[in-house]
Amino acid sequence: MFELLGIPPQVLLGQLLLGLINGSFYAVLSLGLAVIFGLLNIINFAHGALYMAGAFVGWMLLNYLGIGYWPALILAPLIVGAFGIVLERTMLSRLYHLDHLYGLLLTFGLALIIQGLFRNYYGISGLPYQIPALLSGGQNLGFMFLPNYRAWVVVASVLVCFGTWFVIEKTRLGAYLRAATENPALVGAFGINVPLLVMLTYGFGVALAGFAGVLAAPIYSVNPNMGADLIIVVFAVVVIGGMGSIMGAIVTGYMLGLIEGLTRVFYPEGSAVVIFVIMAIVLLIKPEGLFGRTA
Amino acid sequence: MAAQDTDTGPIPQAAGMSTLHKIIFAVLLVFLIGLPFMVYPVFAMKVMTFALFAAAFNLLLGFGGLLSFGHAAYFGGASYIAAHAAKVWGLTPELAVLSGTAAAAVLGLLIGSLSIRRQGIYFAMVTLAFAQMVYFIALQAPFTGGEDGIQSVPRGKLFGFISLENNIALYFFVLTVTFGGILFLYRIVHSPFGQVLKAIRENEPRAISLGYNVNRYKLMVFVLSATFSGLAGAMKSQVFQLASLTDVHWMMSGEVVLMTLLGGMGTIFGPLVGGAIIVTMQNYLATFGAWVTVIQGVIFVIGVLLFREGIIGVIARWIKRPL
Repeated sequence: MFELLGIPPQVLLGQLLLGLINGSFYAVLSLGLAVIFGLLNIINFAHGALYMAGAFVGWMLLNYLGIGYWPALILAPLIVGAFGIVLERTMLSRLYHLDHLYGLLLTFGLALIIQGLFRNYYGISGLPYQIPALLSGGQNLGFMFLPNYRAWVVVASVLVCFGTWFVIEKTRLGAYLRAATENPALVGAFGINVPLLVMLTYGFGVALAGFAGVLAAPIYSVNPNMGADLIIVVFAVVVIGGMGSIMGAIVTGYMLGLIEGLTRVFYPEGSAVVIFVIMAIVLLIKPEGLFGRTA
Repeated sequence: MAAQDTDTGPIPQAAGMSTLHKIIFAVLLVFLIGLPFMVYPVFAMKVMTFALFAAAFNLLLGFGGLLSFGHAAYFGGASYIAAHAAKVWGLTPELAVLSGTAAAAVLGLLIGSLSIRRQGIYFAMVTLAFAQMVYFIALQAPFTGGEDGIQSVPRGKLFGFISLENNIALYFFVLTVTFGGILFLYRIVHSPFGQVLKAIRENEPRAISLGYNVNRYKLMVFVLSATFSGLAGAMKSQVFQLASLTDVHWMMSGEVVLMTLLGGMGTIFGPLVGGAIIVTMQNYLATFGAWVTVIQGVIFVIGVLLFREGIIGVIARWIKRPL
């Protein structure tokens, strides 16, 4: 076997895979943030908490109702999405006429409430969630061992990202959405129900977070803090990519996951901060973000 | 971030300190001198350090119009440096506090010069991300003690001869520094510099067209705010003899936003009231564990939805005077 700079290829590929998995979550979450931001102009601070809620809903469906992984993969995002719609109707919609920062503050408060409640009832130790039978085990690829479930996470996230991109960029509904992003008043004048569009967009964005949560449940243990630290990294991802384009959010997510994985191989101490360092460099060179439009 | 929906135009501010403000500050000072004889001095000191922290944060948010979601970096960073200076370098308290404050100023200059390149919510996200970076450094750096933090920081002797082991002695040191800090912040707000800041907050393009170098003002207010947050954090590490990860955690950044929002952003006395309320609440609800987080979240939501002027903001509107 060859060695690269004294690093055994198993280690390198293993970390790259891990990076790709993290990147999958970055991509799905930053995609959700970008979709919501596009239409609502708010940064959804509760995104991490709703990702955590998605994982918990999956866990509850299994442990209280005996509903397994596959139905949960559909049901949990729907439940989280419905919850998001309630939040949008009852609270967020009252803030659209104000400075966008109030939306950030409100969703921060919501994140505290959601995380605090789960922490009260489930503690912080984390709950196990079994990998579904269909995806247990793994493949020996000769040069490394690839757990089936991890491969599935990457495939599922790519499918969801591509699907979202397709709907927004290539369909009629997506065209309405993009038009409403540009000029909501004009689109409303054409008879499109913009408030409904906004509501559904927020619901869809947080459903994406819920989906990522269920996807994450078998990999990371299900615990109330799982979203809190992740969301800050995703914010950095969003700043690096810029929220101008859907594809930009997706590509940046995967790319930064891989870079983080590589850092873990070559300079482990730096892996926790590498994304923030990249953010600093991007701010110096191209402040509007790699895929961002100039404001 | 002015409260756009309720704004009835800027309230005129007198050049010097208004009589009302003089009276409030005087009453406050008398109250604070008596406070350690009525409540536990360490609690009173905690309230004062957080009031200074919130006032420093409010300089940036309320008067500069910039929402930083990463002020824990300066508060906690200074807390660590001051604790390290007092414990390992053996500096006297005032020098330890000064080192922590200076470190926060440098950190504020570094992060501020990068962050002001983005506006609005991006600015909030960038500052939050940089603060998380500081958090990871505090977690991993060799001198910070990881999860344990820096414990049993000696209180030492002020100027080398006044022992601060006594809580009352320490209290008056903390009172002098925090009250002085708050008066200094008041002076900044009411200086020509503060007036330019308000102009930028209200209408940035206009301020640019009037010839002001807006980014330089933003960076200056950012550094000032970081410095005074650092002063608060450094004092906190002397009071509790501890610098820990709590000080640099994003929750701390959120708490100072909450204090300012609750008390009334853009007011002089709001952050002091907000800080006192939140610290008192945490003190009495400490046994309820995670419910404190839930309650803080609820206050956030209610504050944003129904109560954007904050407590002092509402009172100021009632009496039609700036507070």
